Amino acid sequence: MATASLPQIASQVRRDIVRMVHGASSGHPGGSLGCVEALTLLFFEEMELNPDVFDMNGFGEDLFFLSNGHISPVWYSILARRGYFPVNELATFRKINSRLQGHPAVEEGLPGIRIASGSLGQGLSAAIGAAQVKKLNNEKATVFSLHGDGELQEGQIWEAAMYAAHHQVDNLISFVDCNGQQIDGPTDEVMGLGDLAQKWKAFGWGVTLCNGHDFDALRGAVAQARSARGSGQPQVILMKTAMGKGVDFMEGTHEWHGIAPNDEQLASALGQLEETLGDY
Amino acid sequence: MVNSRFIQTLEPTVNKDTRSGFGEGLLEVGKSNKNAVALCADLTGSLKMNAFKDAFPDRFFQVGIAEANMMGVAAGMTIGGKIPFTGTFANFSTGRVYDQIRQSIAYSEKNVKICASHAGLSLGEDGATHQILEDIGMMNMLPNMTVICPADFEQTKQATMAIAEMHGPVYLRFGRPKVPVFMDPKSPFVIGKIQTLMEGNDVSIVATGHLVWEALKAAQVLATRGIRADVLNVHTIKPFDVSAVVDSLKRTGCAVTAEEHQRNGGLGALVAQAAAAHHPVPIEHVAVNDSFGESGTPDQLMEKYGLNAESILAKVEAVMRRSSVAL
Repeated sequence: MATASLPQIASQVRRDIVRMVHGASSGHPGGSLGCVEALTLLFFEEMELNPDVFDMNGFGEDLFFLSNGHISPVWYSILARRGYFPVNELATFRKINSRLQGHPAVEEGLPGIRIASGSLGQGLSAAIGAAQVKKLNNEKATVFSLHGDGELQEGQIWEAAMYAAHHQVDNLISFVDCNGQQIDGPTDEVMGLGDLAQKWKAFGWGVTLCNGHDFDALRGAVAQARSARGSGQPQVILMKTAMGKGVDFMEGTHEWHGIAPNDEQLASALGQLEETLGDY
Repeated sequence: MVNSRFIQTLEPTVNKDTRSGFGEGLLEVGKSNKNAVALCADLTGSLKMNAFKDAFPDRFFQVGIAEANMMGVAAGMTIGGKIPFTGTFANFSTGRVYDQIRQSIAYSEKNVKICASHAGLSLGEDGATHQILEDIGMMNMLPNMTVICPADFEQTKQATMAIAEMHGPVYLRFGRPKVPVFMDPKSPFVIGKIQTLMEGNDVSIVATGHLVWEALKAAQVLATRGIRADVLNVHTIKPFDVSAVVDSLKRTGCAVTAEEHQRNGGLGALVAQAAAAHHPVPIEHVAVNDSFGESGTPDQLMEKYGLNAESILAKVEAVMRRSSVAL
């Protein structure tokens, strides 16, 4: 486990993200930058993990499912920095013959990935299935998942939400990245999500709101969600984030959902992000 | 010549539905493999999954009318070593959830067994909304997928047990109506190996699913006319046993394919592809020709859409005529 502080890790992960997307001349920096704190907290503090010997079944480990697979840059960086695979491999992102596919995949055998995602709305179902198996196997482990707010427009999410409450899947904690943006514009304009907290509550979930860029707030939200274990209620954390967080010209706009910075923009971004663990 | 390794009788007295073969097979899997779990989308009775549900209530998961979620939950359940069997109608097992199967199961190499009843026209009165005739093609196109379409009750039971023993995603296709039981329950069932049920040198009849019995009926009529048919039971569509088909074509020089499915993308296309690559001969197809089904009794529908022994006989005549002209 790295001895660096969570903010130090987060800064390096942000550098990795913009460098990977720049190197590939494609990818999704906006959502990736917005979820850095959540994934840093999970992988470097909250989750029981065994990155040295990756096992698809994950017996005895906590599990994480990225449902909005397009923010693969943040996950790849986190996995590499956590020791799942060599950091230098981040340079192969989206390139031919790479294990770091544009969207996460298992076919290439990248350690840390347990199911493909990219076509949206499918990850919650998978996380629920894995959580139910944890119970069948008498494991105490927790299953985490992450979803975009725009992704909640997919119907399968709500099928899964209904199922998880009905089957009392209370060893599952799902995060929603509430950045209010999607490809075509603000979610309110593209397809309004309404009152998400009320929606999840109506589907039988426990709901916690927090600031997605504040480690203490995220830590508190996870603790509250964990405390519901045994209640029969699955838990969702609606974290308020800014798309593109940490890079001033990317922040708060859907414009940087899925495009890469040019050389000049990269230099500007890196000037705002301290190199803490060493670039790949 | 009848191959008694596979066939118990050519004069069957018992009719059973293949979905009941699935139900019995699933119960056996549940007994022998504690990692087997089952999920159903509100069709437990139709899929004959009640025996498993009653015997292993904590390994049975009711999903409700939410098939996309069922496929995703099943994919997730493989993580941690379970072997999920999903159950719903073939239409809702494929077309409705193609993207979920593609990404979460096939591309993700998940050990999910997609078990699909009420395939084809023979579900009858419910009509075209439920009569999927494209599922073999859709599933056959997916990398990593194994596609199995057994011939009768006994073989569906065997297949259900066999797929639990192999690792990887499987599409298992079966049907609603009661049909003759003719396969020997002790016959060897090997995934990916075509079974030659009758041997002959005059024409190959290459069939799958419910059409295998119709092929045998046709072959018996042909025998009375002095025509000896090579009858192949393609219980595994994928991986496709190319060499068995080509060997048969080399003996007979012509073939009729038979399936309860669209011509486009089904067994007939696979046989034609194999022939074109290895041994081009005249081939005729018994299949639905680019149309949807409709309401009716199973027998009425199979007759109207030309999916029975009579249609096979007509196609045999046609293909043998073409074959002799070609000579």
